[in-house]
Order: sequence, then structure tokens, then C-alpha cells
Amino acid sequence: MAATRIEVPRSAIAITLNGERTAVEVDNRTSLLDLLREQLGLTGAKKGCDHGQCGACTVLVDSRRVNACLTLAVTLDGAEIHTIEGLSDGGELHPVQRAFLERDAFQCGYCTPGQICSAVGAIREAKDGWPSHVTEDLSAAAVVLDDEEVRERMSGNLCRCGAYANIVPAVLDAAGEGSDDGTDLPRREEFHPIPSVEEVAG
Amino acid sequence: MKPFEYERADDVAGAVATLERDPDAKYLAGGTNLVDLMRLRVETPSRLVDVNRLDLGGIVVEADGAVRIGAAVRNSDLAADPVIRERYPVLSRALLSAASGQLRNMASVGGNLLQRTRCVYFMDSSKPCNKREPGSGCPAIVGVSRELAILGASEHCIATHPGDMAVALTALDAIVHFETAAGPDSLPMSGFHRLPGDDPSRDTNLPPGALITSVEVPPLSFGGRSTYRKARDRRSYAFALASVAAALDVEDGIIRDLRIAVGAVSHKPWRATVAEELLRGSPATPDRFEAAIRAELDIARPTEQNAFKIPLVTRLVVGVLDELAHP
Ligand SMILES: Cc1cc2nc3c(=O)[nH]c(=O)nc-3n(C[C@H](O)[C@H](O)[C@H](O)COP(=O)(O)OP(=O)(O)OC[C@H]3O[C@@H](n4cnc5c(N)ncnc54)[C@H](O)[C@@H]3O)c2cc1C
Ligand code: FES
Ligand code: FES
Repeated sequence: MAATRIEVPRSAIAITLNGERTAVEVDNRTSLLDLLREQLGLTGAKKGCDHGQCGACTVLVDSRRVNACLTLAVTLDGAEIHTIEGLSDGGELHPVQRAFLERDAFQCGYCTPGQICSAVGAIREAKDGWPSHVTEDLSAAAVVLDDEEVRERMSGNLCRCGAYANIVPAVLDAAGEGSDDGTDLPRREEFHPIPSVEEVAG
Repeated sequence: MKPFEYERADDVAGAVATLERDPDAKYLAGGTNLVDLMRLRVETPSRLVDVNRLDLGGIVVEADGAVRIGAAVRNSDLAADPVIRERYPVLSRALLSAASGQLRNMASVGGNLLQRTRCVYFMDSSKPCNKREPGSGCPAIVGVSRELAILGASEHCIATHPGDMAVALTALDAIVHFETAAGPDSLPMSGFHRLPGDDPSRDTNLPPGALITSVEVPPLSFGGRSTYRKARDRRSYAFALASVAAALDVEDGIIRDLRIAVGAVSHKPWRATVAEELLRGSPATPDRFEAAIRAELDIARPTEQNAFKIPLVTRLVVGVLDELAHP
């Protein structure tokens, strides 16, 4: 019997991926994680659970850390996405990547891309004065990061190897690094969203 | 995942009209619950109406002192908002105790209110569940029920509303505003989530197809003296076994007014009206706190697996009220 082709709804989207404009067509069901890994060949972000429970898939969308496994790619038309592959600047590692190397903050490395992207987002959140569950004084304008704060803020990233003892100091090192905020990404407000597919099509 | 059509809503009326036309369509906000449940085939919408580009953002202080929070505001932005931190610390604390940094960046106020139960039978489409498949039975009552309800459950369902934010909003007497094809309407938090009764398939009293547009938090003179405490199996990134949102107004050791809501014990955030009534006008002492919450929990009907929630809730409430009485 001839195989029947089942038509599944698809959509065209345009994103800026690690600084490069990328136009793709996706099955509406495709997660950002599957788009990156299966369609675009960027296998840095990992699939640990596919349910938002481990953080291995963490990437930055418009400078904010999110779980790529629960983000539908079809929703991202016009978005700016940074993955682990786009954090280094030419040959120059990102401060968080450097800190992870210097502190030996991994064993098997499976959770590491997610940990690093999450740390970039978490450092930005702390610099923006966002409190956390363990912040005692909610009225304090500035956040002082310490072990407890980093553990809480990074709790969305599990490490099966238990490299936490080195991850925490690595994040603290990167956060304290002189450069403005330990991230080289523009702030959310500074993005000039690229025109979406719809806008271009008029 | 079942294939679905996707469209991006440009205006509220259009979004509401689409769901009116296609009752199998669903709104999509952060997707942290809906996409997960679609992957599990618990939710199988024909179409997703993406509400993320609607103009439903913003946290605005209104002329009467109420704070209006747009349905699209992300949980992380709400928790960090200076007005919320100052006037309603209980709301910031509840949000900060939930999920992870990544999930809070995605999760919206509207989606958070409508997140579904974490009952393992509901989330497993190979199992019976009256909420997912009316009439199929409730295996939880004699099965895995450690996380589930001790108050207001029925013989058909012992699921809980698992969220934290709604517990704080219940303590704060917030009002949920929404839009239907018939126009704008609202529900108080006390009447938003419902008890399961003989129709556990419905989590809330929100009319079908309604689009939540904002949540209004009325002014509360003693809102600054409020907090949230959550007990869970690990210290972070876990749902509550039980939680308490409370606000307290004490003068000279006497309670003038208070708010108590308990989370993860019922199909809805449980406003502890019996305890509040007993404590209004009484001395702010731990023995009074304990007597009041015991009276509240008098009607609790736990399973063997979740009977621990009674002493847990008792200690949480006494602890939180004591903390608020002695800042
Ligand atoms: C691993 C994990 C851990 C978690 N831990 C916690 C926790 O500890 N505490 C806690 O409280 N929560 C927790 N959550 C749940 C999380 O808070 C919710 O998934 C989130 O708040 C849902 O918001 P959303 O915007 O992503 O909703 P979506 O998933 O987009 O939508 C959820 C539902 O709301 C409907 N909806 C969305 N917006 C509207 C609107 N404006 N009007 C009408 N309907 C709408 C959708 O149709 C859908 O039915 C956790 C989730 C995960 C995955
Ligand atoms: S793969 Fe996304 S959180 Fe685990
Ligand atoms: S280094 Fe192996 S999982 Fe984290």
C-alpha cells in the first residue's frame, strides 16, 4: 500500500540566531530545542527531560534565559536567540565559559551548555536587582550574590554528576568580573527587533 | 504531539472570536504548562492562539490605589516589580518560590492562574482520571495521593491546584478580569477556582473561551506586612506539599485584621476564613494561632498518604503568623 502523506500544519519564521538572520519553516509542533538540534545542527543545547524539569536546554531568547524544550519555535518570529555556540566572541571565550573552565565546573559536560546560558541570564537578573527566594530584604535595590543566592538562582539546572561544588564558585567568579555585567549581550530594551516574516511579506 | 494550527492574535476581540468559532482551540501564553501537557497528549488542541503579542502587559497603580497587572506579565517581572515588593511582599515571595528562573521568565500571570493539577494520574494519559476523561474514575483516592487534596475534595477527584501565585492572590482578594464574546467580565479570586464536586473536568468558573486580560489587586493597608511560606520535598524548584500566604495587622498585641490562604491542600487556593474569623480581635499569640488553624482544618479529610499535611499546615500557619506578629 502506498504511504499516505499526512499534512501537518507548518509555519515560516525568521529569527536572529547568534547574530545571524535565519529564516526557516517549522512544523508547528517543533520546540526551539528541536529546531536548534535537528534542523539547524546546533547541538550545544541538550535534551535532558523535554518537560522543563532539568534546564539542560537553557538558551537566551531576547536576552532572557528560557527552557528551549517548552518554547514552540513557531512563536519566535522576530526573536533574537543566543545559544552556547554564540556566546564566545571569535576565539575569545565568554567570561562565564572561562570561569567554568578555570573552576573545572563540570564532569561529563552534558548539563554544561545549559548551566552556562542559565548563568549568563542569572547574572544579568541579579545586576538588574531582581530578588530571589532566599533574598532576605525584598526592598534592597541591589543584589549581593553569595553561595546561597547562586544555588537558588541556578536551581533550574540539574547536574547528574553533582558538579555543583565547582559550578557555584564559577558563577560567582563570572558575576564578579570587572566587565559591566558579565554578559556581552545587549539588554532586552536595546534590541531592535528584526521585521517578522509577516511584516516583510506586507 | 497532535498536529495543530497556529495563529498569532493581534487584538483581544479577534482572539476571543477565534475561540468562539473553534471550541477546541486554546490560548498559548508562556507554554510552560500547555506545551508540556500537549507533549503528554493530555491536552490536544486543534489550534493555538498565541496571545503573547497582545497588549496585555504592564503593572499599573490605579487612582483608587489598586494595582492592575496585565495577564501577559511574566512571573519574573511581577516578582521583581518595586511596587509589588513594597506593597504585597506575599505576592513576590509566592512567585519567587515557584518553578525556576527560566520558567518564571516564560510563565505569564494568565497562564499561571490556569495551570493544571500535577496529579500523576491526570498527567498520564494511559491512566483513568475523571478530570481528564469524565467518568473514567479516580485512581488517586486509593493510589498515589501524597501531594493531593485534604480539603474540599470529592469522591470523584482529589486533585489540587498546584500553584503558588494564586494562593497569594487569594489572600489579597484579587479580582480576575477577562473578556468573552459577550464583553468584559470579572471574578473574585475566591470564586475563580472551584471545588471538584461531580464535575472535576472544570478547574475554574471562567466561562469557556474567556481570555484573561488582567488581575487587579485591591489596596491593603497592611499588605506590606505579609509573606509566603512553602514546604516542599527539596529546597528549590519543586511544587508545594503545603504553603501559606498571610498578612497581619497587629496593634498592641491584638490582631486587628488578617488574611490567610493555604496552598496545595485543595482544588482551589484555600482561604482560611474560619481561622481568620477566630483570630480577628484576638491576642497575637502562638496558642491562638494554633487553635484557629486547627478549627479551620476540622473538616479536612486526608488520605493515608497525605495525613501529614494536617500537622504541616498547622505548623506553617503558626510559624508564619508568629513571624508577621514579631517583625
Ligand atoms: C518543572 C516545572 C516546575 C514548576 N514549579 C512550579 C511551582 O513550584 N509553583 C508554581 O506555582 N508553578 C510551577 N510550575 C508551573 C508554572 O508556574 C506554570 O506552568 C506557568 O505559570 C503557566 O503559565 P504559562 O504562561 O506558561 O501558561 P501556558 O502553558 O501558556 O498556559 C496554561 C493554560 O492557561 C491558558 N491561558 C494562558 N493565558 C491565558 C489567558 N490570558 N486567558 C485565558 N487562558 C489563558 C492556556 O490556554 C492553558 O490552558 C512549574 C512548571 C514546571 C514545568
Ligand atoms: S530538556 Fe528542557 S528542561 Fe530538561
Ligand atoms: S557535568 Fe555531568 S550532568 Fe553536569
